[in-house]
Amino acid sequence: MTNGVAPLLAVKGVTLQYQTRDHLVTATYRVSFDIYRSDRYVILGPSGCGKSTLLKAVGGFIRPVEGEIRLNDVAISKPGPDRVLVFQEFDQLLPWKTVKQNIAFALTASGKMSGKEAGQRALHYIDKVGLTKFADNYPHTLSGGMKQRVAIARGMAMEPEILLMDEPFAALDALTRAKMQEELLQLWDDTKFTVLFVTHSITEAVRVGNRILLLSAHPGQVKGEINSNGTDEIGVDGRPLSERIEHLLFEQQIGDRSISHG
Amino acid sequence: MADARPVLHARPEVIYQVSTAGIGVVQRPLSLGQRLANQGSLRKALVLAVLALLWEGYARWLGNDLLFPTFSATVAAFWQSVISGELPAATWYSMKILFQGYAAGLLLAGLLTAFASATRIGADLLEVLTAMFNPLPSIALLPLAMIWFGLGTGGIVFVLIHAVLWSVALNTHSGFRGVSPTWRMVGQNYGLSDLGYVVRILIPGAFPSILTGLKIGWAFAWRTLIAAELVFGANSGGGGLGWFIFQSKNSLEIPSVFAGLLTVILLGLIVENLIFLTAEKMTVRRWGMQH
Repeated sequence: MTNGVAPLLAVKGVTLQYQTRDHLVTATYRVSFDIYRSDRYVILGPSGCGKSTLLKAVGGFIRPVEGEIRLNDVAISKPGPDRVLVFQEFDQLLPWKTVKQNIAFALTASGKMSGKEAGQRALHYIDKVGLTKFADNYPHTLSGGMKQRVAIARGMAMEPEILLMDEPFAALDALTRAKMQEELLQLWDDTKFTVLFVTHSITEAVRVGNRILLLSAHPGQVKGEINSNGTDEIGVDGRPLSERIEHLLFEQQIGDRSISHG
Repeated sequence: MADARPVLHARPEVIYQVSTAGIGVVQRPLSLGQRLANQGSLRKALVLAVLALLWEGYARWLGNDLLFPTFSATVAAFWQSVISGELPAATWYSMKILFQGYAAGLLLAGLLTAFASATRIGADLLEVLTAMFNPLPSIALLPLAMIWFGLGTGGIVFVLIHAVLWSVALNTHSGFRGVSPTWRMVGQNYGLSDLGYVVRILIPGAFPSILTGLKIGWAFAWRTLIAAELVFGANSGGGGLGWFIFQSKNSLEIPSVFAGLLTVILLGLIVENLIFLTAEKMTVRRWGMQH
């Protein structure tokens, strides 16, 4: 499949730990995977499998205690505009800036372009997510779905090497979520950007991703990598993909548990 | 996948045609009266007018100009002092000192908060100092300040700094702490420099608290100044609004005392309603960070 092409992002044996007030918690243990250009790569796992922590490590906000993460064969050491994060929280837009200013701010803060040029590119991407009428609105006047659209537009306007999305639709209602998944795929058809997408919803993973990384819970370890064509296809075993994933993630876990308790 | 469940109570399905005809009002503009009643400044002006009327009525009923002059007498005395230039001069005197103290206090608060945000020991220092000095009334430091800095404006400015510094520093610091972690990550994600991070993320993010600090600091400074002037004058030779009030009392010109107090109130109202309210409307309210 790779035909000797080097991966865009290589995660090699990454162990992540973080400290709470009185515990040292291992979030992921020796996780490895490769992402190639134009992948829609999904990290899927139950809550507590360290998938958000893993995404923040790719973003450069957390350093691995073991292993390394390389982007274009350069080790990641700090946050940077070549890896833009889209968060789950609606408050990721700065409330003191309008929709247009929020996007232009990202472009100027990173030194990518100057004011006027940034404004033009901001408008271009606002148009892409269908919010031209709201360009001069402040974020608090928008609905949750619209805010997430702006956040996605901001991420895409940066034209990063890889777009990192941390459960961006999790806080939306089911109807809006389905619509946003569709829109994201349409945007991908347009520009074929590379995206790393974290979710705990199996249907979302199957719909959005072309390759899905399955993580076990607490600490997260790789259980497998699965291909998806977005239609929840019936596999050779006669079951739809989502059911197979559910089986892989959960049935096995029940087995694990009885062993550890025995 | 699951088997169909049995129907418990069989009922026919119902579907209605919805139309807006016959509802009367779906949306209509408010009447002039309703819109006027929605004006906050108008309602407040009404409250002020009622208070002035009550004052006038009570003072007339009392009929003792030495104890409680009427509103009209106070306004007359106010107008006279304004025309004679005495009151404007005293106000200007007070304002000059107030601004010196306020500005110096803000500067120091900025430095202290910057130190507190940058290091853990700085935060500890700020928290201990504020816990110690914030409850201490500034006016209690005045006798000491007079000994240290002499009877001139230096002593009063020192006391003013004390009045402003702690509340502003405390509010700014807690505001910085309250800045959402998501905004912080957004700032880091787009590669802002250290200074850019403070100016473009921390300060706007903490702006509601910073404004509150500025307002409290202003009120503390104003009160402290008038109290200090009442006792000592703006410098050893007198001057200032507090001094004007004190002198008028000494010469038993009670309407002038009230005129001085009225000036203090008016300035407070102007600063609160014009400067701070405008600042709020242009920033935190417009951004939906405060309602």
